[in-house]
Amino acid sequence: MADQEVQVQQKREVEKKQESTVPLRSFLPVADIFETDQALKVVVEMPGVAKENVDVGVENDVLTITGRIELSKYEGLQPVYTEYNIGNYSRSFQISSKIDQDGIKAELKEGVMTVVLPKSEKAKARKISIG
Amino acid sequence: MFSYNDPFAAMTALQRALESRLQSDWIGASTSAAGSYPPINIFQQNDDFVAVIELPGVEKNDLQIEAKESTVRISGRKTPNYDAKASVHRRERLFGVFDRTLSLPVQIDADAIRAEYRDGLLALFIPRAASEKPRSIKIN
Repeated sequence: MADQEVQVQQKREVEKKQESTVPLRSFLPVADIFETDQALKVVVEMPGVAKENVDVGVENDVLTITGRIELSKYEGLQPVYTEYNIGNYSRSFQISSKIDQDGIKAELKEGVMTVVLPKSEKAKARKISIG
Repeated sequence: MFSYNDPFAAMTALQRALESRLQSDWIGASTSAAGSYPPINIFQQNDDFVAVIELPGVEKNDLQIEAKESTVRISGRKTPNYDAKASVHRRERLFGVFDRTLSLPVQIDADAIRAEYRDGLLALFIPRAASEKPRSIKIN
């Protein structure tokens, strides 16, 4: 089987309802979302974001993931050729309320964050036997 | 360049600087086309260069870097590690193989290139060849 080549994805900018006072650009991390019997899994790509600079929270059934990049790494560097811009990452998803909020777990590896939102007991599908 | 005391100003200045250099012709047409994966930013640091490449989700063991004369080749594969049983709601991440060769328009010291890979970001520290470094000329 021939391997498929990875395509370049242009970074999408966050569109906010309100403009911020500072002309900072932030980006939407690309995301994969899966559902298993046990949980909802959200996987986002945030290259350059360290573990201590991520925030994951659920408020009013909205999951918000933010990641801040480290600027100090760019100190003293003059760009000569660029293909992408950098900035903080932010993305929100409306989720079902049937999530066990206390059981939410997040893991960051190689710039990819996996957030596992376990379903609450009452939301888990039950197998119904036909009598 | 700019002050890092004010994080907003620093970020804005950096974003503007990156924007202004988008698709600059510094590297010429010699590199295997912009728009290839992975995206590369190249910075100058004193006499040397730093290439910063975004490779989120690529395992270190799946990444190969080779350098020869003034070219650097970055190749590897990005593979998903998902539970096959899950049902998909949204799929935006792209996977596959990549192979890109970067030709720098200056002589570099290929043996002295240093690579760091952290948080899905590959940084290549590329020193300029000693023969390229400017020498100060004494006036007699």
